[in-house]
Amino acid sequence: MLFVFFVVNKKMNNINRNYPEKPEAVYYFGTCLAGTFYPDAGMAGIKLLQREGVRVIFPPGQTCCGQPAYNAGYWREARGVAEKQIELFPKPLPVVVPSGSCAGMMRHHYPVLLADSPNIDRILNFSARVFELSEFLVHVLDIKLEDRGVPMKVTWHSSCHAMREMNVIEDSKSLIRQLKNVELVELENEHECCGFGGTFSVKHPRISEAMVRDKVAAVRKTGAPLLVAGDCGCMMNISGAIAHQKLPVESRHLAEFLWERTNG
Amino acid sequence: MNWWNSRGLMMNNTTSRNRILSRLNAAPRPLTEFATIKNMTSFREFTREEKIERLKNLMEAMRTEVYVTDSGRWVEILTQLVRKKGLKNLLYSPRTDVGAILEKHWKGLETLGEKPPELIHLEGSVEDFKQQLFHVEAAITTSKGAVADAGAIILWPTEHEPRLMSLVPPVHFAVLDANTIYSNLSEAMENENWRVDMPTNALLISGPSKTADIELILAFGVHGPKELIVIIVD
Amino acid sequence: MDDQTPLNFDENVARALSDSQLRKNLAFAMGNFRQKRKAIFPDPIELEALRDAGNEIRRRALARLPELLERFEKNCVENGMHVHWAETTNEANQTVLEIMRTHDATRMVKGKSMVSEEMHLNRFLAEHGIEALETDLGEFILQLSGETPSHIIVPAIHKNKAEIADIFHQKIPDTPYTEKVEELNGIARRVLRKKFHEADVGLSGVNFAVAETGTLCLVENEGNGRMCTTVPPVHIAVMGLEKVIEKLSDLPVLLRLLTGSATGSLITTYVNMISSPRKTGEKDGPREVHVVILDNGRSKIYADPTFRQTLQCIRCGTCLNHCPVYTRIGGHAYGFVYPGPIGKILNPQVQGMKKAGVLATASSLCLACEEVCPVRIPIADLLRRLRERMHQGTGHAAPDFNPSGSIAERLAWKLWALLNRHSGLLHSAEKVMGSVGFISPRVGILRKWSICRTTPTISPRRLHELVEQQGVDDE
Repeated sequence: MLFVFFVVNKKMNNINRNYPEKPEAVYYFGTCLAGTFYPDAGMAGIKLLQREGVRVIFPPGQTCCGQPAYNAGYWREARGVAEKQIELFPKPLPVVVPSGSCAGMMRHHYPVLLADSPNIDRILNFSARVFELSEFLVHVLDIKLEDRGVPMKVTWHSSCHAMREMNVIEDSKSLIRQLKNVELVELENEHECCGFGGTFSVKHPRISEAMVRDKVAAVRKTGAPLLVAGDCGCMMNISGAIAHQKLPVESRHLAEFLWERTNG
Repeated sequence: MNWWNSRGLMMNNTTSRNRILSRLNAAPRPLTEFATIKNMTSFREFTREEKIERLKNLMEAMRTEVYVTDSGRWVEILTQLVRKKGLKNLLYSPRTDVGAILEKHWKGLETLGEKPPELIHLEGSVEDFKQQLFHVEAAITTSKGAVADAGAIILWPTEHEPRLMSLVPPVHFAVLDANTIYSNLSEAMENENWRVDMPTNALLISGPSKTADIELILAFGVHGPKELIVIIVD
Repeated sequence: MDDQTPLNFDENVARALSDSQLRKNLAFAMGNFRQKRKAIFPDPIELEALRDAGNEIRRRALARLPELLERFEKNCVENGMHVHWAETTNEANQTVLEIMRTHDATRMVKGKSMVSEEMHLNRFLAEHGIEALETDLGEFILQLSGETPSHIIVPAIHKNKAEIADIFHQKIPDTPYTEKVEELNGIARRVLRKKFHEADVGLSGVNFAVAETGTLCLVENEGNGRMCTTVPPVHIAVMGLEKVIEKLSDLPVLLRLLTGSATGSLITTYVNMISSPRKTGEKDGPREVHVVILDNGRSKIYADPTFRQTLQCIRCGTCLNHCPVYTRIGGHAYGFVYPGPIGKILNPQVQGMKKAGVLATASSLCLACEEVCPVRIPIADLLRRLRERMHQGTGHAAPDFNPSGSIAERLAWKLWALLNRHSGLLHSAEKVMGSVGFISPRVGILRKWSICRTTPTISPRRLHELVEQQGVDDE
């Protein structure tokens, strides 16, 4: 168990990952937040993949990666849910996830959470096949995006886990930069957490509030009318704070933004 | 155990010791082989010229005054500095080469009718000379070597050059032989085999004392010397 | 010390967040530290190699800890030093007191030592009629103002010039009010110089204790540490038992990491390596050197190989500097000696979950600390494990295990698990809440969410429905 822990720890920042050749089909894990609150974002990810000629399989029984319970310290509950998800993706196909934190959970933390499982081999096999959407589009599909939208300014939020666990921020930004009519303005203090942290936002609401307010102030400072984010959790947090302050800034998940811009 | 010689301190100390050690020994420990990571590029090797240059630059960035001179001239530079700084006395050790050269040079100055600052040396132990030490204006010491990549001189205080000489007087002059400058601390430790016989006190000094405790504003000259002058003899 | 009253963290946080001066001071200082660290480690590949080396050195030392402690003791004693062991802070305090009484000592000068804060040494000695004077400038300021340190490296960082000028003016006799930093330092130098001269005992911490040679390695910039460890006739060094490293050759890597991470410099003004008291023929230095090795819960942490990583810490403070939570609430809000991310994993383990467990929840797990820790402590992972220990304690023989979390919370997670293991149930629940236009009352967590955010609405058509509608394959 300790061995697994050290191996996983070394891999934590996803650098120098080996990417496979373009497959005929992929699984898609929509994430619970996209599933319930942002289905268009979830759907956009599927459409982007399909447009590149990849068959997308969406196992209907999927729900949540289990991260909320894992982070909160309710590992028994998290295990039950995690094991259920793994069962739904049995074939040796990539599992594409439109979220850095959920992808990180499945890729780096399933082996930790489920270290004592008798099915550890199956779990490791699954985790090795998990890809965040941006990295898959860039490194496996080599996607080329043609911007059909009007000129506009956007700003981008880097989620902590996409940045520090999955190391996919440059991939996400490179996708936005492919859009020739879009000006990407970077956020001040981009590397600082937005204050979501799952249950942290409601367990320590005042600290979370202080963090999200600073993030909103940074968004405001860019003058961009649109915030793009790769993680629905962060997006829910920041857009909720923006709306509370009644600011004229909209939010979009990266997948939805890219689909809208390139689909005319 | 000979740590008893302080009048039978803490009889229950052995119990504490044993309890602590047995708790530690009871813990599961992996039988791992550790591969000590060597040859880190962080610890560069420099040429002789590079070493002198780097040492000088880094120490000057820390407000050290650094002079590079050839072996004949160091004492002249010292004399000029001492005069420029208006120092009235200078603490030194007569038992070092540096001290001997200094004495000779001073005698020479006196015969020319000049009045150089008073040369003071310490007699006895700190209990005897504490007062004097805390009133002296400057001190000059040798150095054991230096570390170029970090920008620090190495001092191993001795019976002739006690520890407080490089700490108490507000001005500290250090004479450094360029041949004893190492690229990095690992090199110094290895080449001189420090691990075999560590002295009472081994020091690295990179500049005059400083602090940034107040609003991170850097200020020099706190409890250690306000000025550090290193004369590198090339 | 056996008081199990939980820390009043929420109150501390509220107070800290409303202190705009504090927040301003912290934002400035922490930003400064982050920039400096980045500048001193410009090459990311080199930095990662250095961190790997630091991690290896610390893990190796911990893997051999009992042997190394014995070797350290043996070498220290052979060198002429005295070694004492203390299980509790009370024992450590008593040891220091005994040593002082043996020398009829009443005046102590102290270098900066977090372990001595852990011991509440100053208060203990004062109760026994002994003056323990802080000589590190930051600690000196705080001693005058009656406060505790708020940061591991820069203890008075929460104070600005005006506040410090005021403290000096009020508390030091014959001292005019001045905000000039040079003058403030001059005042401290004047006052303390006399004290160094007169002290009976000097106390210091230990940055690294080298087992191979029986050497105490101390780093500092001001010179007060060298004063405390050289001028008085007796030197007492207090250290946590995890401070031991195996070899002298382990020092350069750790020194580079510590100094670079703590202050963004290549090296401190002084690196002071002490291996013995004054030897025959030497003219100065203390006649006696005592090392006090403190346990205070560390051997308990050591017992679990995963949590043992907590002990790798070299007390650089960089996790504090990078933490978005610390930057906003400062060190005092944490309620114990060690603040910031390291405090969040250390304090619950030392003080117990009941008293300090709340600290382990006060993190968004953003990983900013893990990214910079010079010895690669997996702080986020340990926080999660502490949370698991707090709520379920599976696989841990934690003697103080006492499941916390209200019944409502535990039930909520059970419900969450039920819904997410059975997608049919989840979808039904979504349907009910979505189509009825369910506006949940702003109670409990929703109320906390809503203090500064609008709540998201359940979409009328969820993803699984869109997927089915659009004919996406299901296998």
